[in-house]
Amino acid sequence: MKDFIKLMRSSPWSARFGMAVIVFYIAIAVFAPIVSSYGETEIVGSEFEPWGGAFLLGTDNLGRDMFTRMVFGARNTIGIAFVTTCLAFLIGGFFGLMAAALGGLVDQILSRLVYVLMALPPLIFALLLLTILGTSIPILIVVIAVLDSTRVYRLARAVAMNIAVMDFVEVARLRGEGLMWIIRREILPNSMPPLVAEFGLRFCFVFLFISALSFLGLGIQPPTADWGSMVRDNATLITYGDVTPLLPAGAIALLTVGVNFVVDWFLHKTAGLRDDQ
Amino acid sequence: MTSKLANGGKGEVLLEMRGLRIEGQADEIWHEIVCGIDLTLRRGEVLGLIGESGAGKSTIGIAAMGFTRPGCRISGGTITFDGIELTSAPEETKRRLRGSRIAYVAQSAAASFNPAHKLIQQFSEAPVQHGVLNSSQAAKDAIDIYHRLQMPEPDSIGFRYPHQVSGGQLQRAMVAMAMACKPDLIVFDEPTTALDVTTQIEVLAAIKDIVHQFNTAAIYISHDLAVVAQLADRIMVLRYGNLIEEGETRAMLDRPEETYTRQLLAVRSYRRDESPPTKEDPPLLEVRGISAGYGPHIKVLDDVSVKIGRKRTVAVVGESGSGKSTLARVVTGLLPPYQGEVFFKGQALPPSYKNRTQDQLRQVQMIYQMPDVALNPKQKVRDVIGRPLAFYLNMNEAARNRRVSDLLEMIELPADFADRLPGELSGGQKQRICIARALAAEPELIICDEVTSALDQLVAEEILKLLQRLQDDLEVSYLFITHDLATVRAISDEIVVMLQGRVVQQGGKTKVLTPPHHEYTELLLSSVPEMDPDWLDDLLEKRAS
Repeated sequence: MKDFIKLMRSSPWSARFGMAVIVFYIAIAVFAPIVSSYGETEIVGSEFEPWGGAFLLGTDNLGRDMFTRMVFGARNTIGIAFVTTCLAFLIGGFFGLMAAALGGLVDQILSRLVYVLMALPPLIFALLLLTILGTSIPILIVVIAVLDSTRVYRLARAVAMNIAVMDFVEVARLRGEGLMWIIRREILPNSMPPLVAEFGLRFCFVFLFISALSFLGLGIQPPTADWGSMVRDNATLITYGDVTPLLPAGAIALLTVGVNFVVDWFLHKTAGLRDDQ
Repeated sequence: MTSKLANGGKGEVLLEMRGLRIEGQADEIWHEIVCGIDLTLRRGEVLGLIGESGAGKSTIGIAAMGFTRPGCRISGGTITFDGIELTSAPEETKRRLRGSRIAYVAQSAAASFNPAHKLIQQFSEAPVQHGVLNSSQAAKDAIDIYHRLQMPEPDSIGFRYPHQVSGGQLQRAMVAMAMACKPDLIVFDEPTTALDVTTQIEVLAAIKDIVHQFNTAAIYISHDLAVVAQLADRIMVLRYGNLIEEGETRAMLDRPEETYTRQLLAVRSYRRDESPPTKEDPPLLEVRGISAGYGPHIKVLDDVSVKIGRKRTVAVVGESGSGKSTLARVVTGLLPPYQGEVFFKGQALPPSYKNRTQDQLRQVQMIYQMPDVALNPKQKVRDVIGRPLAFYLNMNEAARNRRVSDLLEMIELPADFADRLPGELSGGQKQRICIARALAAEPELIICDEVTSALDQLVAEEILKLLQRLQDDLEVSYLFITHDLATVRAISDEIVVMLQGRVVQQGGKTKVLTPPHHEYTELLLSSVPEMDPDWLDDLLEKRAS
C-alpha cells in the first residue's frame, strides 16, 4: 500500500488524469442503473427533445433518454471491449509464448498461420465473418478477439524469444521442467511489462473497432445501448447544428486518451527510460 | 603526497582534477559515486586507475573529457585540461577537444566500431571532422600508425570491415583511431579485459609502444593490477569512489601501504595442492571420442576424451573458440554430439537431455558465467533454491525451508537472504545463489562454466575458496571450464588444454604446469601477466629472440 501511494506521488499529471478518467468510467459502468433516471431501452418522450428539463441531454431518434443511454453505453461498450481484449491476450499470449519456448516446427506453423490472418484487412475480414456467423455478442467477441490475437501473438513471441535464450530458462530445461512450467514460471513473469502496456493500447483499438462495427450496423445490435451506434442513430442532428451525436464520440475519445496516458507512463516506468536519453 | 610525486614526473601538468565529485541518480535519489578525487597527470605520463566494479574508475576516466554518462552529474570540484576548466567550459569547446586532443578507447572494440564502414574510414572521421587532416592524408597516416602498431598487412588491413578482423586486431585498430589526431591524452577503459591472454599481450605491447613513440599522456583503467603494472608510471587504487593509495608503480608493488592494495597484490596467490589420483573404474564421468558442432558443417569438437574421478576437479583451459563451452553443452545434453558417448558411472547417458531420466539430470548440475542471467529476476532466492528440492527430492514446504536455510549457511550467506530477489544481490552473492541451486539437487558432478570471469578478482577468489571447501565437505567433482590460468592453478587436480576443438595436452596439474610443456601450453602459461613491471618487456624480448 505504501509503495502504491509512493508510486502515485511520482506519477506525472498526464497519468493521474488518465487514471481519473478510467476510474470515472468504471464507476459509471458499474453503477449505471443508479446513475441513470430511466431504463436502457425505455421510450420516455418524443423524438429529439432538447437538452434540459426531464431529459438532461435530450432524447434520441426513438425518444429514449440520451443521458441514460450514454451511461448504459459505457457499461456495454467498455465491458465487451474488456472481455474481447482479455480473450485476445489469452489466445495470442499463450500461442506466442509457446512458439517462443518450443521454437522449430511449432513456431513456423503458428507464425505462418498468423501471417495469413494478418494479410487480410481486419475490418473487412470482421465484416465478412460477422455477416456469415451472425451478429450476437458472443460471436462479436470471439471474432474480434481472434483477429486481434494475431497482433498479441507477434508481440508475445518477440518478447519471449529474448527471454527463452537466457541461462535461467536453460537451467529449468536441464532440470527437466515441463513446457508449462517454463512458460508460466520462467518466461511469462519476465515478459509482463510490454504485454501489460500492449493490453492498454489493444483495449483502445478493440474499443474503436467495436464502435466502428456498430456504426456500420454489424456490431452491438439495437436496442442495446452502444456509443458507436448512438453516433450513427443520431447523426442527422448534426445537420441542424446540434452537438448531441458527438457526445458518445467524445466519450470514446476521452477514454482512449486517458488509457493511452496511463499506458505511456507505465511503459516509461518499466522500460526504465529517462528523459535525458 | 601528490606534490611529492609530481617532482618525479615528466613534463608540465596536462590534466588536473581537484576535489572532483560526481553523483549518479538511482530511483530519483542522487548518490555520490566519486567522492572528492585529486588527480594530476603530466605530459607523457601513464596513470593507472585500478579498483573493483563500482570504484568509480571509468567515471573518472570519462570525466577527464569533461563528460558524464547519462544520469550522472559533476557536483563539485574542477577538471583542468591544459589550462581549460572543463566543468564550466561550453559544450562547443569540449566538443573540439574530444577526439582531437583527448581520445577514448573503450572496452569492447566490437561494440564501438560501426559495422557498416571500413576501418580506415572510421579512422579518418575524427581528423577530417576536426579539420586536422584531409581524407587522403588521414588514410596515409592510418597506414603509418597501423605499421607502428605492428598490425598484420598494415597496408591493406584498413580496407577491411570490422567483422573481417579478429578481436585483438580490432582493439588495436581502435587504439590507432584514438591516435589519429595525435592527442595529448588518451583514456583507455579496460581495453584488454574482453580479450584472451595471448591476444592481450599483443594489444598491451602495441599500446605501450605507441604511447612512448608519441609521448602521449594516458589514463589506463583496469581491474587487473598485473596488467596496469606493465604500462603505468603511477597507479591510483580506488574503492567506492575514494582514493585508497597512490604511488609510483614499482614502489607500490614493492611496498603497498594499505591493506586493500595488499589484497589486490595477493589476489592470484591462492593455491591448492593436487590431490593424489584415485584408481577407480569406472570413473564418475567419462567423455569418450566426442565430435560435435553446430549444424552439419561447423565442427567445434574433434575427438575429445576426458575422464573425471570422484571428488576431483578437472579444469578445461583454452582461448575463446577452443570448444571448451561446447564440451559442457555436450555433457549436459544440450548439444547431442555427432560421434562419441558420455558415460556417467559407467553407464552411457542419452545424447539429448530430453531423453535423460530425472535422476540422470539431477546428478549433473551446471553453474554459469553470468549470474545475472542465470537467475530468474522475478523469483525469490527461496524459490530459486527451493525448486530443485521440490522437483527432484519431493520435499514439502517445511522441509524445503529448512534445507534452504542450511544451503544458505553453506554458501556463507545469512538466512534472511531467502526472501530477496536477485536484483537485490551483488554479483558475488548471485553466483553463490547459483552454487546453492546446483547443490540443492545433491549432484555428484558440477560443471562450472567460467564461473569467476564476470566477478571482481577478490570476489572471484572467495568463490573459488568456497567451491573448494564444498568439495571437501560434500565430495562433489567439478568440471571447471575457464580461460584463466590463475584459476586453474588455484583449484584443479587435472588440466585439459584445448586448442581449436582438440585436446593438446592433459594430465595432472603438477605435470602439465612443470616444463617441458606442449608449445601451446607454454604460450598460454607465459602470457599470464605477472605482478612485475618488467614482465611484458622481458617476455617480448624472450619471444623475439
